[in-house]
Amino acid sequence: MEEKKAIIEALLFASEAPLSVERIAEILAGVEKAFIKGALQELAGDYEERNGGIYLQAVAGGYQFQTRPDLSGWVKKLRTAKPVGVSPAALETLAIIAYRQPVVKADIDRFRGVDTAGALRGLLEKKLVRIVGRKDVPGKPILYGTTRKFLEVFNLQDLSALPTLRELKELQE
Amino acid sequence: MAYEIKLDIFEGPLDLLLYLIRKNEIDIYDIPIALITRQYLDYIEMLRSLNLDLAGEFLVLAATLLHIKSRLLLPIEEDPSTQDEEDPRAELVRQLLDYQAFKEAALELDRRPVLERDVFTRRYPAAGPNDPEDPGVFVEMDVFDLVKAFQQMLTRLDKADMIEIEAEEMSLADRINEIMDRLMECKHLTFTELIGVRTDRRWILFTFLALLELMKLRMIKAYQSESYGAIRLFLAVE
Repeated sequence: MEEKKAIIEALLFASEAPLSVERIAEILAGVEKAFIKGALQELAGDYEERNGGIYLQAVAGGYQFQTRPDLSGWVKKLRTAKPVGVSPAALETLAIIAYRQPVVKADIDRFRGVDTAGALRGLLEKKLVRIVGRKDVPGKPILYGTTRKFLEVFNLQDLSALPTLRELKELQE
Repeated sequence: MAYEIKLDIFEGPLDLLLYLIRKNEIDIYDIPIALITRQYLDYIEMLRSLNLDLAGEFLVLAATLLHIKSRLLLPIEEDPSTQDEEDPRAELVRQLLDYQAFKEAALELDRRPVLERDVFTRRYPAAGPNDPEDPGVFVEMDVFDLVKAFQQMLTRLDKADMIEIEAEEMSLADRINEIMDRLMECKHLTFTELIGVRTDRRWILFTFLALLELMKLRMIKAYQSESYGAIRLFLAVE
């Protein structure tokens, strides 16, 4: 048990992207997925208990080591490149796409009450949004959806991790 | 020359309207249209007096508000068939509620621990230059990436010495067939390989159009391992 847990920890440390249970199961042939899930949760618990600079986070369908949010000021000093900012307009556009995907631009414009071409282009360039197809209506407008990178950037396990719009409304009241 | 000024205060007309509703502590389901319309128009007038070029959408909503106001002023008909007629404000309320929900959703996203802003992961050196032996991880690309690659190709072309050559007959159908033949032969090709040594515009253009067409028909797939890296083309079905 402890040895396997150590292997999983090593894999997580060396992985470039969030590591899924499926991928770990492929590597550790013969080990039950339920066991891997348990080990991951234990590891996450270990790091939480330790309360150090890093912890294990479930994100985009996998697990990944991340630095503690309150230490961001320090880690930023290490980074030379400026972080990519998302403008309020882009965030609104992104939220609409996240909740209404697949969605056409005309609907996004309608929800926001303004033209979203600029914001949409920025999101496409940042790969937070992608074209998922075309709607089968006259003119065949492009349908947009969020990407895996969107989940990674906003620390979401999957789309169902987003609070529902109803929950958000209740929060407001 | 006109300068485009983007006001950060309001994201759009709906945002301004929501602000006015909150400021007046108004029930969103029972908006006093006369009051709100006046305040909205005052705001727009103020922004215009500051010589700010207002987006057309602000005026569209002003027109909508005036339209609703005029409908509310009309006497209510006694005719029972019009009894079911919806409150003229209903559509606007729906739009405002939707907008409010998404605005909240956007704030909620922003409150999350954002990668490279609040939390950080380990970094890896970028993959080496396109080594044909090691294609690395492919990222599926879209038409925009292809257009960008095309533009790059054209800028490079403009810098090259131009030689006058005679135009030859070329058809898109021929080019599509040629590309498919070559792909069947070689399994995969890069965009540059397809262009080859020819640099005339028509050739590049036809190659590009043929690729767009083939992507649209889902006969080929295009991949790229990094931004501005080589674009690799595969047959969609082996």
